[in-house]
Order: sequence, then C-alpha cells, then structure tokens
Amino acid sequence: MTAPDPASLLHPVAAGADLVPRHVVRSRLFGRRLAIWRADDGFINIWEDRCIHRGMRLSAGVNDGAELVCQYHGWRYSNRNGNCTYIPAHPGEAPAGALRVATFACAERYGLVWSGDSADASPPSIPALEDAEVLVLRSLPVNAPVPLVLEGLARYSFRPTAALGSDIPVATSADAGNPFSVTVTATTAGAASSVVFFVQPADAGRCVIRPVLSPAPAPGERLVTLRHHAGALEELRAQLEDARPTEIAVPLPVATLEPLRSGGTGGAAGGRRPQLQVRVARKWLCAEGITAFELVPVTGELPSFQPGAHLDVHLPNGLVRQYSLTNGPDLTDVYRIAVKLEPDGGGGSRLMHDSVHVGDVLDISTPRNNFPLRRDAARTVLIAGGIGITPLLAMAQTLARQGLTWELHCFARSDDHIAFGEMLDSLAGSITRHVGLTPEQTGHELGRIVRPYAPMNHTYVCGPGPMIATARALAADAGWPEAAVHFEYFKNESPRDDTSAFEVALARSGRSLRISAGESLLDGLRNAGVDLPSSCEQGACGTCIATVLEGEPDHQDVYLNGSERAAGDRMLTCVSRAKSGRLVLDL
Amino acid sequence: MDATAPQEPGPPILDLWHPVAILAELTAGETIRTRLLDRDIAVGLDGEGAPLAWLITGEAPGGAPESLPAIAAYEFAWTSLGTPPAEIFAIPECDEPDRRNLATFSVGVHVSAPRAVENFLDLGHFPYVHAGILGQVPRTEVADYRVEVDPETNELWALDCEFFQPQAAAASTDGQMSQYTYRVPHPYCVMLYKSCPTDESRFDVIALFCQALSADRVLFHTFMSVIDEVSSDEQIRAFQTLVSAQDKPILENQTPRLLPLEVGAEASVRSDRASVAYRRWLGDLGVGYGVIPAGLPDDGS
Repeated sequence: MTAPDPASLLHPVAAGADLVPRHVVRSRLFGRRLAIWRADDGFINIWEDRCIHRGMRLSAGVNDGAELVCQYHGWRYSNRNGNCTYIPAHPGEAPAGALRVATFACAERYGLVWSGDSADASPPSIPALEDAEVLVLRSLPVNAPVPLVLEGLARYSFRPTAALGSDIPVATSADAGNPFSVTVTATTAGAASSVVFFVQPADAGRCVIRPVLSPAPAPGERLVTLRHHAGALEELRAQLEDARPTEIAVPLPVATLEPLRSGGTGGAAGGRRPQLQVRVARKWLCAEGITAFELVPVTGELPSFQPGAHLDVHLPNGLVRQYSLTNGPDLTDVYRIAVKLEPDGGGGSRLMHDSVHVGDVLDISTPRNNFPLRRDAARTVLIAGGIGITPLLAMAQTLARQGLTWELHCFARSDDHIAFGEMLDSLAGSITRHVGLTPEQTGHELGRIVRPYAPMNHTYVCGPGPMIATARALAADAGWPEAAVHFEYFKNESPRDDTSAFEVALARSGRSLRISAGESLLDGLRNAGVDLPSSCEQGACGTCIATVLEGEPDHQDVYLNGSERAAGDRMLTCVSRAKSGRLVLDL
Repeated sequence: MDATAPQEPGPPILDLWHPVAILAELTAGETIRTRLLDRDIAVGLDGEGAPLAWLITGEAPGGAPESLPAIAAYEFAWTSLGTPPAEIFAIPECDEPDRRNLATFSVGVHVSAPRAVENFLDLGHFPYVHAGILGQVPRTEVADYRVEVDPETNELWALDCEFFQPQAAAASTDGQMSQYTYRVPHPYCVMLYKSCPTDESRFDVIALFCQALSADRVLFHTFMSVIDEVSSDEQIRAFQTLVSAQDKPILENQTPRLLPLEVGAEASVRSDRASVAYRRWLGDLGVGYGVIPAGLPDDGS
C-alpha cells in the first residue's frame, strides 16, 4: 500500500462544539497556525492566524458574526473569503481588492471540523461511525509525533459504558483505519462500542488526539463515559510523553499546508472585463417597477464587497450596466441587486426585467467601491432618491450592525416605489419615508434634513441628478464641508464635449500619445496598452481616475466635487479631456 | 520564527550603546546580572556613582570578567559589546533645569526590539489598543504626515502627526487633536515629542529604550522628560505603566516576532509610512538582528 500524501487529506482541526457563536478558536496543522470561527450564518472560516497588516494573531480578534476584526488596528475581514473590507485608519477609502487573509478548506463530519489544502478532499469515512449517533470525546494535545501516538493508541483499552463499574471481561481490538486514525473496539458479552481516534498532525513533534465514540451513550451516562476516557487518555499521554524518543523512529511524512487562497498584500489591476460568472438564484419584484436579483457563484465563493460597492453586469446584448450591491455585511453568499425599469433608458433595465430569468448565468465584474462609507462619523445621514436607495441600504445595515448613529431618508413617489421596504422595517434605526413630494417639497425636506450641520457628521446622497445637486447645494449653504458630503450619480446627465485634441505624456512609462477628437482619453490609453480599470465610462463612478501631474484637465464628469476639480490633480479618463494642449499623467 | 537559528548581532548593533539597567536601581559595590544580545552581563556602580559593566564569559569560574564600556544617560546605564561612539544620541530637552527626567516603567516582552519600536511609532492602534486614553473608536482616521531621514544625523523622523485623543488633557471632556513628532535616533530606541499641557511652546518627551535580550525578546524601558510641577512620580509612572501594559499582549501575539524588512511581507497603507520608512532605514543601516532581512523567506510560523 502506498501512503497517500498527508497534505492531500483532510485532518481534524477542532470539534464543531468548540466553535461557539462569536468566538475564535486557534488550531495548528502541519505547523500552520489557524484561526477558526463560525459566522452567524453557520459558515466556518479556517484562516491563517495572522493579520496581513502587522502579523497580529487573528485568533485574538473579535468575531462580530459576519466579520473578523483584528485587535491591533481594527482591520475587518469578511466571512467566507477573508477579504479586507475596512481599514479604520483610512475611513474614506475602500481597501484594495487584493488585501485578504489566506483561507483553507473546511468540512464537518463526525462532530469534528476538518481542514487541509485541497478543496476536493473529504474527511475519511470510518465504518464504525457511519450508522450510529456519535459522541465527540475530549481532545488531548500530546507532545509526541504522530507515528508514536498512533502506536500508543493501538494499545488503548477501555470499557463500554454499559460495562463500566463491572468486572465483566472486555476484549479490545485495534484497527488502523487510515494513516491518521485508529479504531479501537471494546466488546463484552452485553455490549460493544468503538472509539475512533483521529490524530491531528499539529507539527512535526506534536499532535492532537481527537476521539469520537460510537454509539453515543444515553444522556444520563454521558458524564461517566467522558470521565472514563479522559482518565485513560491522560494516562496514555503521560506514557507517550515519557517515552518520547529523541530521534523519531518513523518520521512524519513531510507535508506543508498550502492555503486554498493565498493571502494578499498588494494592489489589483483590471480593465472593464467580466471576472466572474454568477447564476440568477432568485428574481422578484421588490417594489413598483423595481426587480431584485440574487446572484450566486457558478463555482467557488463570491469576492467580498464593502457598503457602497457596485458590480458591472455584462448583459447578453453587450451592454454593461452598473448596479449597487444592497447586501449588508452578514449576507456574503449571494449578491443582491435591484434594477429599476427605465422605459426610456438604453435598454439595459428592460433586458434585466424581461429577459434575465432564474437559472441564467451572467458575467459580472468583481465589486468595486467608489462610494465608500466612513465609519468614524458622529452621525451619518443617508439620503436616497428612488432606486438610489440601493447602496444606502448596504450602508444602513453596516452602520446598524456596528452600533453607529445613523438615519436614512427615502424619497419616493409612493410607499410602493420604495425598494426592499420590508427590509427597512426590520432595521433598527431612524428611517423616514418622504413620499409623493413635488420637487419644491423635496427641496424643502432636504433643507430640513441637512440643517443644522454639526462637526463629524457625514451625509451620503444617491438618487437622480437634480436631487443630488439640490442636496449638495443645501448642505453647502448649511455649512457642510465638501468632504462630508458624499454622493453617487447613477449616470452623467450633462452633455459632453469630445471635440478637443491633445497630447498626453505618461510619466511612469515615459511614453506620449495623441488623443484626437471623438476618442476618449481612456480608449487612447487602452490602445497604448495601459490597463486602466473602468466601470460606467460616463464620468459617474470614478473607477477610471488618474493622477494629473501637469496640465489643466477639462473635467466633464459628475464624480469629483468642486474643490477636487479646482485642485486639478486628478481626472476621470473616460469623459474628461484637456484644456491645456498637454497633460502629464502618473501612469 | 520560534525555531530559527540564533541571529548574530552584526557591527551596526554591536557598536551601539544599549540600555542595561535603571541607574536608581544600582548600588555601589553590588552588581546585577542581565542579558544583552544573547550574552550575560553584569552591571554595577563605581565609588563616584558612574556605571560599570562586564561581560560574563562563563569560562573559568572566578576568572576575571571582561570589562565593557559604560555610560550613564537618561536615567539608565548603557553599555556596548563593540566599539561604541563617544557619546550617545542627544536629547537636549533633558538638560533644561525645570524638567523632570524619569525612568517610568520597564517590562519584559517576548518580541523583537524592532517590533516594539514600530508599535511605538504607530498611531493607528491607539483607538483599539489604548481605547479611552490615546484614542477612541470610531475616531480612527490617521491624517497624512511626513517622514524624513535627517541627512546630518541619519535619524528617522515622523513629522506633523496628529491624532484624536479622548482625554488628551485632564480638563478636556470632548477630546482633542494631539500633535506628535517621532524621532528614531537608534535602531532600538524611539521617542516622541508631544506638546506640553502646561506650556504650549515646549514639548514633553516620552522615549522607549529597548534592551534586546535576544533577537526576539526585549526589556521594554520607558523614559519621560516632562514639565509638570503637579503630578507625583507615581502618577507619571502609572500612565506609562498602563499604556505599556496594553501594548505587551499585542506585541506578544504578533507573528513573526522578528520584524520582516521585505517590502510586501506585510500589507502597508498610507498611515504606515513611518513603519515602512523604519523598515527601510533598518535595512539601509545593515541591521540583521531582530529582523527578517529582505530576501529571506517569511514562512509565517
């Protein structure tokens, strides 16, 4: 028999019962330190026990039910994929997509949690445990290598629960089930029971014995059974550690545990290409004229997201549309978006409403966040107009979960036009519906909402262009600094002028190119081989932003605010051009 | 990194002055034993009150121990295992007549000296590790600041740092922005200048002097030079004791214990520029003790 590569197997790393809600357990496998935590949705995360930022053990962090928060600098990591979702030192910025902790495979069987470096492997199948209710006995760390421990366990003897305290003879037999377990069966005239000892290879010299008893004793006999085995195992441990040889006779097969998904500490590139395939799992009318979609991954896990993030959806007819994620931080296994039917739009919403059905596969981008939510405000005011509620819903759920002070104002034609109205009812927070107002009445209400300004307040506005413009103007009148007023347009409704021609020099690559009338700067850059990410390509989302080192940009976007435009040091390459004959970009 | 071979402190570390004892704890005619850079040493005082230091070689018992250079500075005895400079880095503020110079708190920490220095240079952990004292969630933003290496002294500085502090002064109720300047004059020593509450034109000095017992263990010595006519020594020490005690479990849970100098070994953001510059500066000085030099694998264990 050839021994399988031990790293290709799954090994136990914890008992399921150890993963108490909102706790983090530490474990070790082949020398790798693991932080293990169960999210409120039941998903078990097995991560490298090390924050990618400054090496703090994540097992000392806080499990908030949906995210793990590092104790050192408060970096937050998402359930399931381990992506960093928030960096408190920079509240106004979305963390780079490549920032993530290393994650490992996870499975549950026989009351134990199993891990390894292969997503396809399964825990071993042990006949003795298959057809009965089992009881996980106390685990025991042993300062001895796996082969020695397996040898010792083969000599383990115990009495079935029914025969405890009697002197009926007991026959025991041991059977090596697989390279990392031993099954010991004790038989008496009246009863038989088996203990399967799984041996967790913690590192080359240490392991953890994880015994599982079958059948489970009756509840009244559980304690006496646990005591019996705890005592016997403790004795075995003393023997094993005393007998520990200086030279290991049978060395543990060398194995290193490789994460399924490595941790990342750098930045990410990307153009406007689909990166993920998702399947429509659910489609429903969530308000008058608004259809909601739940998207699940075709394979693997969904990348994480932050409140305010959006997806590019590549429609079957070649259109690309952006939709905000409405997910709160606790919803990590689906993407939930909402699409308003725009009868006069470019056809994207019509296609989503009429031609995309449950079961269809869509190409999407990974989530991008150009509308990040700060979590250091004394008070956060969310103002939604119509379908503009979608990113703000994600924000409201995040703020509610972190216990921060917030209020949400929904402007809509009627209560029936408010998307996810039922979810609003379940959110603990100050939610005000403003329905059926004229533009003048809306302006009046907005004026009331933004007054008075208080320091450390932030407002997030998403809705139709005129509403955002009104809210920004009123907030400025009330004394809000521009940096405290955040907004996201669905689209750029202002006319654009692409008749100019100009030179662009690329400082980093030392090249220069000419942009002619009718050609966008972004297209010119792409043709020259510069892979700049973009999303809406109409000056609304901010994805294609570039740093301007010299020259005067001709801003035609709706993303930058007044002072950012005046500074002239950044521009959106999809719609903005040059007033000067030449621009130098930091590309 | 628990199982790595012992590191050899190279010349840049051997030739520095290192703190080895609090002067006030030494008595003429008696010696104390301590460790520095994996060596056993003894420290004492001569008849004039000047510190003495010896290397304990452990060879012939009763054999004459090897004498080491020793100086007194900033309430500590300092020694060197190599050829140290004539003078230790200057802290001119300590000479001002109305200053109180205090060795405030010393504690053993199972971490490398560079990890401890980096923690001292870090603003971002205040709201999490020193909640209610040096910071408070959700006021977590680290404003941009400058980092410079002084071309004359080759010391590293972080300038124009500011951070929201909930109780920057005893009288304040709402908290305020506190201004800081950090200075790294020595690979294992760091200090900060903070505006003095009683005299806005002057600065209190708080310093961390790390005694590297081994590559991954330090004695974490703190020192203060303050203008304060009101507080007792115990009150001043109590503050520093509390803050250091909060950092100790964080430092001891960092992995690896040695500071990785490779760019990209750990993720850095803008607020980490002091830390990033410190790592580069150690690399440029050729420090190879207490760090994982760039180019070596970091296996994360």
